[in-house]
Amino acid sequence: MDLSLIAEVLASTIRLSVPLVLACLAGLWSEKSGIVDIGLEGKMLAAAFAAAAAASYFQSAWLGLLIAITVSLSFALVHGYAAINQRGNQVVSGVAINMLAAGLAVVLGNTWFKEGGRTPALPVDARFMPIELPGARELAGVPFLGDLAKIISGHSILTYLTVLLVPLTAWALAKTRFGLRLRAVGENPHAVDTAGISVARLRYQAVIIAGILCGVAGAFMSTSLSAGFVRDMTAGRGFMALAALIFASWRAWPAFYACLLFGFLQASGNYLQGVHIGGFEVPVQFINLLPYLLTVVLLAGFIGKSIPPRASGIPYTKDR
Amino acid sequence: MTPAIELIGIDKRFGAVHANKDVTLSIAQGSIHGIIGENGAGKSTLMSILFGFYAADQGEIKVKGQPVSIKSSSDAISHGIGMVHQHFMLVDPFTVLENVVLGAEDGKLIGPALAKARQELTRLAQDYELDVDPDAIVGDLPVGLQQRVEILKALFKGAETLILDEPTGVLTPDEADHLFRILGQLRDQGKTVILITHKLREIMAITDHVSVMRRGEMVATKDTKKTSVEELAELMVGRRVLLRVEKGKAKPGEVVLDVKNLTWKDRKGTPRVDNVSFTVRSGEIVGIAGVSGNGQSEILELISGISRPTSGQIVFEGKDIGILGDPRHVREEGLAHVPEDRQHRGLIATFDASESSILGWHYDETLGKGFRLDRQAVISRCKAEMQEFDVRPADPLLTSAKFSGGNQQKIILARELERDPDLLIVGQPTRGVDIGAIEFIHKRLIALRDQGKAILLVSVELDEIRSLSDRILVMFAGKIMGERGPEANERELGLLMAGVTEDAA
Ligand SMILES: Nc1ncnc2c1ncn2[C@@H]1O[C@H](COP(=O)(O)OP(=O)(O)O)[C@@H](O)[C@H]1O
Ligand SMILES: [Mg+2]
Repeated sequence: MDLSLIAEVLASTIRLSVPLVLACLAGLWSEKSGIVDIGLEGKMLAAAFAAAAAASYFQSAWLGLLIAITVSLSFALVHGYAAINQRGNQVVSGVAINMLAAGLAVVLGNTWFKEGGRTPALPVDARFMPIELPGARELAGVPFLGDLAKIISGHSILTYLTVLLVPLTAWALAKTRFGLRLRAVGENPHAVDTAGISVARLRYQAVIIAGILCGVAGAFMSTSLSAGFVRDMTAGRGFMALAALIFASWRAWPAFYACLLFGFLQASGNYLQGVHIGGFEVPVQFINLLPYLLTVVLLAGFIGKSIPPRASGIPYTKDR
Repeated sequence: MTPAIELIGIDKRFGAVHANKDVTLSIAQGSIHGIIGENGAGKSTLMSILFGFYAADQGEIKVKGQPVSIKSSSDAISHGIGMVHQHFMLVDPFTVLENVVLGAEDGKLIGPALAKARQELTRLAQDYELDVDPDAIVGDLPVGLQQRVEILKALFKGAETLILDEPTGVLTPDEADHLFRILGQLRDQGKTVILITHKLREIMAITDHVSVMRRGEMVATKDTKKTSVEELAELMVGRRVLLRVEKGKAKPGEVVLDVKNLTWKDRKGTPRVDNVSFTVRSGEIVGIAGVSGNGQSEILELISGISRPTSGQIVFEGKDIGILGDPRHVREEGLAHVPEDRQHRGLIATFDASESSILGWHYDETLGKGFRLDRQAVISRCKAEMQEFDVRPADPLLTSAKFSGGNQQKIILARELERDPDLLIVGQPTRGVDIGAIEFIHKRLIALRDQGKAILLVSVELDEIRSLSDRILVMFAGKIMGERGPEANERELGLLMAGVTEDAA
């Protein structure tokens, strides 16, 4: 394999990791506060549809993003209301959101665009297009540096934003008052309550952050990675993000690396099609299966070992 | 001098339960004020209202003579009130410093607050014997130190009045003495301390004033110097009570239970019961003392067949029951078990009393044939047991959860004794049980002993162990540290409970 192919795979890894990283950070914020979020998938899917539909209608990627965030956020608030105010079962609420999103996207898509659940292909203006970093073109011919430039340059604004969000999240959780309180409320909400801090308010803040991040993830999928929405386009990424979160034991940097690993498997799948191993053609289906296989392996191997926030999934009431 | 705290006409209901009835209380500045009362008297509720955790239905609170409105814990904290709860309110994976600054971060970043807390903790450690490593992970600390962290949290937030709810339940006698020294120093520095407890001895030892609560009402406030244990006990219960258990000498017979080299390791491979051997004879009560969490619960679970030993034998009347690993077979061998955790293991809260009273014996032929359960038989048997054990109300159809702790315990004891077992193992027989019922249960246990039954008693209440047992085993970190007679003094047992043996001391 030559260097430029490797560079291509790695660049694609970064692109494919973006929605995973965003969803994983969304899950991190939510679960650190004690709210289990099975509904990452659904929020992402709803946002992807909303972004594509709005971008196509207004012919603007930014308006698409805004609408995507709004839609994802409203799903998140429904989850928050069920989990925080009504003290409902958080898994059930998450599953409901997933089903609702999958169904609504198809029904509304069919009604509005009549293309079997797709949205119309988006023109360049209505998408987040690659940005060439200064200097990348000059380096194009140079060995190694040119390949490096190929990996790093040429991503959309949302990708660069995502990469910044990882250190920001890690820092905010560790060093800020908000982060300290958020971690505390996921471990022992009684301690937070008796310290004179509102449990519900903190948890809503976390749920809102998760909603926004899923919104960006969805918009990225339909207006940057692809040029429109297709049915079930998130394809289980919300659950991969959850697996990555468990594997990373609810820490930002390890979660980021786990997502890159998933992204790498997806990217290599696209490049390995038709590859022969010992005169035997590896079936495409097998290669595409790898990320899902890894999800299962990670969950089976780590779910008992990594330590979730202690109060996660447990509705808060004053009596013990 | 104006009182530090005044509670006027506080009233609070939880649904049908009237937890506080028109309670009025005044706490003098710079004093230690004890509040005693039986379980469920409403002490924790009253203090939780003062700390803003619950809202009172009615009533007024004054701090230093000024009427204040306390709607949340942050209001209470801003009026200089701090509270150490009965169940600690700590974030286990956080360091001591992080726990201390939580809620008092002043500023968006926590760095400066952590640095300030570090300094403050050094100062408090010097002033009040409150040493604790600021960088330790709280979950790794022993309970005694966790309690110090709770006190430090309150002081860091500027508490002038400190409420402690049943603080000594989890401490060894030595740790309790240390705590009392700390409270004494706090008072000497002008702080006000409110101490809730149900242990009369502690009240007499440390408080300046004492208030007694009974069934939600404040029945009396006394100067500690001018009252006595007997008077306080009578005020708590509303009638004269016998504080000492009267019993004759034991007449031990043959060995009924012989535990040999019993070891049990948890999932991580840590031995929680570590090579323990002892015997229990018929006609004697053997007590296992120790601070909770030192392997006593595991021993009860092993003997009763709930868990299986990793190694060692449990020989009951000549037969190794450790290998059965099944509570039903163990009970059929003639062993009865009153579990420590009444609410979860002893009965099913949502079942009615008659159903709880046959748990584990539901397949008994006299209670129905085949698939059928003869409700009438179950109810009449429960009714008879209730009369014998003086359960109130004697209503077999009342939901188990609606009985008081003492009456629940009587229902369980009746069930376990129904089949005339040879060995009774009892965990915390009087935890959360009112004094009247404690007296009843203690008398009953002594009577069983005198009938020639073997009894193994596990309790964290040292007084209970000392007054009931004919022999006392003390556990620490999964091991038996020593055996003593009932005449052993508290200090001696306390040292063993802390893992100190004579040769080391
Ligand atoms: N959160 C609650 N919900 C319902 N009932 C409660 C609650 N807290 C306390 N109670 C009831 O109020 C009464 C007083 O309880 P508590 O104040 O805890 O007593 P104490 O601390 O004196 O043992 C008890 O009957 C108890 O069951
Ligand atoms: Mg209490």
